Amino acid sequence: MAINTVINAAGREVPLEINGEPVIPFKGVGKHRPEGRKYSSPIPTCADYPDDGNKVVGSLEEALRRCGLRDGMTISTHHHLRDGDLISNRVFDLASEMGIRDLVWFPSASFPCNDPVIRYLEDGTINRIEGSMNGPLGRFVSEGKMKGTAVLRSHGGRVQAIQDGEVKIDIAVLAAPSADAFGNARGTGGSSACGVIGYAKADFMYAGKVIVVTDNLVDLPCFPMEIEGNYVDYVVVVDKIGIPEKIVSGTTQITKSPDRLLIAELTASFLEKSGILRDDVTIQAGAGGTSLAIAVFMHQIMKKRGWRSKFGFGGSTKYMVQMLEEGQMGYILDAQVFDLDSVRSIENNPNHVPYPVFNAYNYHSKGNLTSMMDIMILGATEVDLNFNGNVVTHSDGYLLHGIGGWQNCLHARNVIIPVPLFRDRIPVIVDRVTTLCGPGELIDVIITERGIAINPLRQDLIDSVKGSGLPLKTIEELKYEADKICGQPQKPEFEEDIVAAIKWVDGTIIDVVKKLKL
Amino acid sequence: MENLLAVAGNAGPKVRSDCEISLEIRSGGGIEIELVSRVKALYGESIKNEIFSILSFYGIENAVVRINDSGALPFVISARMEAAIRQLQKTDLEYLPGLIPENCYSTERDRFRFARLYLPGNTPGLMLNAGLHLAEGIILDLEDSVAPQKKDEARILVRNALRNVNFYGAERMVRINQGARGLEDLSYVIPHNVNLILIPKCESAANVIEVDNEIFRLKKRHGQAGNVYLMPIIESALGVENSFEIARASENVVAIAIGLEDYTADLGVPRSAGGNESFYARTRLVVAAKAAGIQPIDSVFSDVGDMDGLLENVKVSKSLGFEGMGCIHPRQIQVIRQGFSPGPDEIEKSRKIVQAFETARQQGLGVVAVGTKMIDPPVVARAQKTLDLAIRLGLLDPDRINEVPA
Repeated sequence: MAINTVINAAGREVPLEINGEPVIPFKGVGKHRPEGRKYSSPIPTCADYPDDGNKVVGSLEEALRRCGLRDGMTISTHHHLRDGDLISNRVFDLASEMGIRDLVWFPSASFPCNDPVIRYLEDGTINRIEGSMNGPLGRFVSEGKMKGTAVLRSHGGRVQAIQDGEVKIDIAVLAAPSADAFGNARGTGGSSACGVIGYAKADFMYAGKVIVVTDNLVDLPCFPMEIEGNYVDYVVVVDKIGIPEKIVSGTTQITKSPDRLLIAELTASFLEKSGILRDDVTIQAGAGGTSLAIAVFMHQIMKKRGWRSKFGFGGSTKYMVQMLEEGQMGYILDAQVFDLDSVRSIENNPNHVPYPVFNAYNYHSKGNLTSMMDIMILGATEVDLNFNGNVVTHSDGYLLHGIGGWQNCLHARNVIIPVPLFRDRIPVIVDRVTTLCGPGELIDVIITERGIAINPLRQDLIDSVKGSGLPLKTIEELKYEADKICGQPQKPEFEEDIVAAIKWVDGTIIDVVKKLKL
Repeated sequence: MENLLAVAGNAGPKVRSDCEISLEIRSGGGIEIELVSRVKALYGESIKNEIFSILSFYGIENAVVRINDSGALPFVISARMEAAIRQLQKTDLEYLPGLIPENCYSTERDRFRFARLYLPGNTPGLMLNAGLHLAEGIILDLEDSVAPQKKDEARILVRNALRNVNFYGAERMVRINQGARGLEDLSYVIPHNVNLILIPKCESAANVIEVDNEIFRLKKRHGQAGNVYLMPIIESALGVENSFEIARASENVVAIAIGLEDYTADLGVPRSAGGNESFYARTRLVVAAKAAGIQPIDSVFSDVGDMDGLLENVKVSKSLGFEGMGCIHPRQIQVIRQGFSPGPDEIEKSRKIVQAFETARQQGLGVVAVGTKMIDPPVVARAQKTLDLAIRLGLLDPDRINEVPA
C-alpha cells in the first residue's frame, strides 16, 4: 500500500498517517501550536463509588473486567519499577487469558523484564507498543514483526499526547509501593519502594479508568500522595509488585573505565573553564557511569571553589544526594530515583522533592523546568556533522533505546553530550544520523576522549574557552579522526515499511524508522 | 592432503576490539569466509575484503576463514590473519599496515620518564586509547603479560600497533622477552620506529650488549637512523650487584628500572608495603644510575584502586632519588607525575635559595643565609635542579626566577 509522505522541516521523509490516524510533520522547534482545549477523562460521579472509600477488589483480573477491558483498548503503565516490574506483563497475561486482542500498550518506558510481551505481540493480544523499545523488543520491531507501527515519544511528549488527546488511555494500571484503600498512593514504603511515581501523573488524571496495584496497603491517608485517590477506580493488593533489587540499584557506580573517566574529567573541566559551572548553577545529569563521574568531578570543583548549585533535577543518585547533604546543592527536584541512598534521601530530606516530568517536560505546560537548567548532560548513539542527535537506533539500523527525557532536556541552556568517539569500531559521529531524534540547533557541545566540538551556533561558548588549553576541534575534525581509525562504515539497508514513528516533543513527526533489510 | 587448521586472536564475552580467526587451508574449493561480528552491518564488506587481500598476499587460494569479531580494527584483523597463516606456512612475508605519520618521531635521551604505562601485548582493546592518558611512555609488553602460547601472535600485533596506533607523542617502548626469544622479538619491532626497548630480568652488562648489538645489526639492515634506547630492568640479587655495569653497558642505556616482585621472590621474602626488604636494592640502583648519568626508575605499584597509597609510594620513591615509575592503569599516570613533579612550596623555597645565593655572590659575601638557615653550595645546586625541572615541566616561568617574592 502506497503511503503519502512529505519532507518535514528537518529534511526527513515522513508519512502523513500512522496507524490509520493523520499525523503532523515536524515544523521546526517551537513552531507547532495546537489550538482548542485539552482532552479530558469522562465525568465520574461520586455516587458510583463506595461511601467508605474502600475500592479494593479481589484481583487484578477482576479490576480489569470491571474496567470493561475489551479489544483495541489502550493500556498504560509506568516504569518506576524498572527492570523489577512484575505488573505490566501480568496485565497482558490476563488479557491474553481473557481472549482480548489488538491492545495498544502505552508504557512510560519498557525494560528487559518486559521482553515476554513479545509473545503477545506475536499472538495478536497486543497490536503495538507506543513507548520505548529496548533490546529484544527493539529487534522485534526493527525486523518488522510488530503488527501496528510503534510510536516513540519523549517522557514529555507522552504527557503532551495524553493532554491533547492524541492518545486516549482506556485503562491505566499503576503499580504503587504504598497505597490506601481509596487509591491514594506514593513511591516510598513497603518492600518495593522506588522513591517517586511521578511518571503516572498524566495517566491517572486522564485515563478512562484507573487501577492502583500495591503490595503495601496502608491506612488512609497514604501520605504524601503522588497518585490522588479521587482519580482512582479500583485498588488491587498483590503479594509483590516488583523485585526490589531490580527496582533500584543497591548503589549506582561511577564508571571504572579509564577512557570514560577521561571524558568525564574533560567535561567537568570544560564546564569550569567555560564559566557554565558557577555559583547558583542548575544541573541535570543522568545515571549512566560517565554522567555519574561528571557529577563527582563537578562536585569536587564546586567544593574547591565554594560554589553551590541552586537545584539539581533528578533522576537522583547517591552522588547528587552527596551534593545535597554536603551543601553543594540547595534542592533535588526528582522525577525518578535510581539507588537506595536516593530513596533514603527523598524519604527523609525535605529539600529532596518529588517533581514529575508532567511539570518539568510538558509541551502543553505554561513553561518548563528544562529551559531553566544551565547544565544538561546527555548521551547519544550518534551525532552528525550538523550536531543532530540520535538516541533510538544504532548505526546498524536496529531500534534499541527509548527517547526517555532526552528530547525534552535538549531545551536546557547548555546541552553537553559526552561520548566516546567510537564504540567497538563504530563511529559515533556520522554524516547524517540514522534516525533523527533531536535537531542540531539544540545540541551545544560534543565531548569525546579525542577532543571537544562546540556547535558553531554557540559562538559565545567558543569564545568562552579560547586559550583555555582544552582540546577544541571542529566536529568535522573529530569525524575525520574517527574514520581514520575505524574506516568508513557502510550503511545499513532498509525496506520501505515504516516500523516506528519518532515524535518530537510537540507531537509532530520528526523521523521514522524503517524495517531492516535482512 | 590433510587440511591444516590454525587459530589466532581472542574471542569471548568480555573481549572487545579483537577477533579470533580460525584458518583452514585446503587443497581446493576456493575461499570461504564465515563472519560473526557485532559490526557486520557496518564493516562486514570491509572485513571480508581485508581477508581476501591478505590471503592473496600470501598466495593462498583455497581456505576456510572463520572470524569471530568484537569490533577489531583493520590492524588487529590483519595481525590475527598473519599469525594464523604463519602457523601453517613458513614465510618471512609481513603484511604490514601503514606506518602512520603521527608515529614517525624519535625521542630524546634525557626526556622525562615519570610514568610509563604497561599494555599487555596481545590485548588490542587496551592499546587504542592508551596514548590519550598522556603517560611519558607506553610499553607494549611481550613478556610476562602475554601467555606462552600467545607469544608469537603478540609480536605481530605489537608490530602492527607500533605502525598503526597513534600514541600521541608518548615514548613508544616494547618490553621484549628474555634471552633468545627476546632477540627474535627485536626483528618484529626495531624496523617499525620503536623508541626504547626494555630488557627484562637483566643480570649483566652482557645481557645489554647482546640486545644492543642485535638492534645495531637490524638497524643497519633496514637502513634506520633513529635512536633506539635501552632500559634494562633489574629483577634479581645478581642484577642489583651488577647494576652499575649494566647502567653503563651501552651509551644507548638511558634508564634502569627495578622490578620488585621478581626481586623479592629472588630474595625469598614477601614484598611488604613499607619495602624494607628492597631498600638496599632500590638505593643501590639509584646510586648506580646517577653514577652512570642515567635515570633510575622505580617498580610499579600494583593496587590500582589505592591512589592515596600510590601517592605515598611515589613520594618515598622520589625521596630516594628515583625519577619515574611504571604503571599498570591509566589512572595512576597523573598521580605519579604529580608526585614526581616539584610542588609549589618546593619551587618557592628553591627560588629563594637561588636568589639569596645570587644576591650574596653579587655582594661578595662568603656566607649565604635564607632566614636563619645557612646555605651550602650543594643546597644551592639542588635548588637549581628543582628550578630547572620546574621550568621544563612548565610549572615555573623562567623570567620569574629572580622576582622578589611579595
